[in-house]
Amino acid sequence: MRWLFNLSFRHKIPLWTSFLISFSIFVVGAALMTRAYEDMKRAVVISADNLGHTLANTVAPTLLHDDVWRAFEIVRSPIRGESARTPVQVDAVVVLGRESKVFVSSHPDTLPMLSEAAALGADWRRLSERLSTPGDEKWPLVLEPEDSSYLYLVLPITDKDAHLGHLVLRYAKSVFHPWFIDTLWQGLGLGLLVLAVLIPINWYWGSRMATPLVDLAQRMGMMLEKVPEPLPPDMYPYDDELGQLFQAYDRMVLALRDKAALESEVVRSERLAAIGQLTAGIAHEINNPLAGLITVIDTLKLHRDLDPRVLRSLELIDRGLMQIRDTVAALLVQTKVQARPLNQHDLEDIHTLIQPEIGKRRIRLDWSATMPVELPAPASLVRQILINLLLNAVQAARDGGHVSLWLGRKDDSESCLSIVVRNDGALLGAEQLAHLFEPFASTRAGGHGLGLWVTYQIVTQLDGHIDARNVGGQVEFVVNLPLGDTPCSTASA
Amino acid sequence: MTQMTPSLLPNRNRRRWLIDSGCLAAAGLIGLTRKSQAAGGKIRVGMTPAFLHDQHSLLGEWRAFMAASLQRPVEFVQRDSYRETMDLLRLEKLEFAWICDYPFLHLKDAVRLMAVPLYQGRPHYRSYLIVQKDNTKVASMADLAGSVFAYADPYSNTGYLAPRYEIRQLGRDPSSFFRKTFFTWSHRKVVEAVASGLAQGGAVDSYIWDTLAHVEPALPARTRVVWRSPEYGFPPFVAHRAVSNADFQLMQRHLLDTSRSEAGRRLLGLLYLDGFTIGSPALYDGVARMMRAFGEA
Repeated sequence: MRWLFNLSFRHKIPLWTSFLISFSIFVVGAALMTRAYEDMKRAVVISADNLGHTLANTVAPTLLHDDVWRAFEIVRSPIRGESARTPVQVDAVVVLGRESKVFVSSHPDTLPMLSEAAALGADWRRLSERLSTPGDEKWPLVLEPEDSSYLYLVLPITDKDAHLGHLVLRYAKSVFHPWFIDTLWQGLGLGLLVLAVLIPINWYWGSRMATPLVDLAQRMGMMLEKVPEPLPPDMYPYDDELGQLFQAYDRMVLALRDKAALESEVVRSERLAAIGQLTAGIAHEINNPLAGLITVIDTLKLHRDLDPRVLRSLELIDRGLMQIRDTVAALLVQTKVQARPLNQHDLEDIHTLIQPEIGKRRIRLDWSATMPVELPAPASLVRQILINLLLNAVQAARDGGHVSLWLGRKDDSESCLSIVVRNDGALLGAEQLAHLFEPFASTRAGGHGLGLWVTYQIVTQLDGHIDARNVGGQVEFVVNLPLGDTPCSTASA
Repeated sequence: MTQMTPSLLPNRNRRRWLIDSGCLAAAGLIGLTRKSQAAGGKIRVGMTPAFLHDQHSLLGEWRAFMAASLQRPVEFVQRDSYRETMDLLRLEKLEFAWICDYPFLHLKDAVRLMAVPLYQGRPHYRSYLIVQKDNTKVASMADLAGSVFAYADPYSNTGYLAPRYEIRQLGRDPSSFFRKTFFTWSHRKVVEAVASGLAQGGAVDSYIWDTLAHVEPALPARTRVVWRSPEYGFPPFVAHRAVSNADFQLMQRHLLDTSRSEAGRRLLGLLYLDGFTIGSPALYDGVARMMRAFGEA
């Protein structure tokens, strides 16, 4: 039985409703049939009562005068042939005399006159016992002996106060049955017709309701593995409880997606922060002895009597140390400098500075920078961000490709500077996106992989936000920098 | 008469007889006026269950034929028992009647024999003792002792007197021979009573049973004749003695001439008769003998 309850709603709803419809039709049908049978019986009794009274009155004088033939003609008169058999058609009429003997009957062959009623069979024996038991009889007396195929109706025959005998009308129940079976078939046909209409509607409605539920259940089942897709909007466009459930599910899916994005952002930020601390620590540890070494080399180089070979070695060491210092300096991003505000000349400088690289690779540059004469942003740092991003874009772009810069207030806000740089080079893969701002993460030949790292460090230390993504076949870097104490909103421009 | 109700019907009949006799005396006082009414006026003919008197279209045709032939208006008066027709005759409410031979003998002081129908060429008929077709146990009247028996009419020869006489010949008392008897007031209904099984046996007019075999063969086919009585004089046409000679002769001539016309022969064909003859009262001596045996007449 349990398997029945474990069935999918896709089957369970139509099955249950079909069962309920069938059950209802059956119960209503059975009730109506029972009612029809009772009604028919009542009709028979009413008709029999009318006929019985007429016959009893007419037959009474024949009993008084012992006129058998006249009585026979009277009791024969309501009898029809086989063809006229209806449930209200009397099957036999018997007049019982005072001693429960047959005075006359409509069927003398089977119910001969002068025979004792009790000798005519079980039904008649019961009937005659009932009549011989004194009691307050309510006329007509209706007898329906069990396991008998007949219904009997008995009326007394009286003349004034004298009791002359009984009139018995016999009705064949076998005539009821074909009539009843007819009604039954009609009812059954009608029931099947109703079923034929209701069941397809019910299956359609059931599957209409079950399909979204089944879909929802599958999606919920996958939730632990990954954030599922929202449901198709046209799947169940109604506002009942089911519709509300699907709407709630969609809201939950969206919330889960935001949460997942936030979590991965947090993880990335924490990783980058940890790397920043590590590199800063190492850089400081290197910087201190490095400064001493450079001072020593400088001092040594001041001696004029140095062997040329030693001098060459010193030069070699000096260049190596300088390279270490540059690298370490690049890792140690210093933003805590007193800086002048950014102005339009800075932008012009940068435009000029990158021209050689653009020319070399025949890149087309779209330059769209709208800003007032001055902005409250540290000029040197913004310049470094711009140069890093632009050089990175130029190098990433195809030969003869396209690079664009947009600089301005984000959403026309007074407090947020937005820089958007795009190139039409190879799109970034998921793996690249995940580690883009880490030091030495460059995949490009010839790059030291510190440009984006430095940019990230600067933006982060200025309480800004940097993001990279693929948009419309281009790679886009967006930097938002706050121009006051209020941080920029995180939504990308 | 029967074992179950030994004296009900005879008493009733005897009582009616006495009342009717009283009436007869009263009727005699006004007889003259009635006689003059009848002369030249309407002729009233009593029709009894001596033949299949419920064939209404036949009766209509016969009446029209008779009226046309006599040039007088004719009325057929039907009654369901011989007794009623006999009373009408006594009261002079009928001029003529077709009655059974037994009532004829009862009424012989009041009526004159006018004509006797010819059945199968002869003025005779019989009584048939019939049982249900499938009843093979009964071969004669003796086998019906203790059964339920249907008589036609207490004034019927073939349907009452003859079978009772036969029982008497067996040395038994007809009033206790059967378990129960009843009257159907018509020969045709005796056949019905026996065919339906209401009665185990019945006595019926041979002319009627044979005619039924032509007119309604299904009914007599359900019965079987187990005994045929000797021949008796056929039920006659009679005239009340008050009827004038002229009318008597007119009617007698008409009946005797029936077979001479085409329409008359057609009518006789429908009645399964061959014609009429002037019968002699001696035809009915056999009936008179049986009546004497029962102390009547």
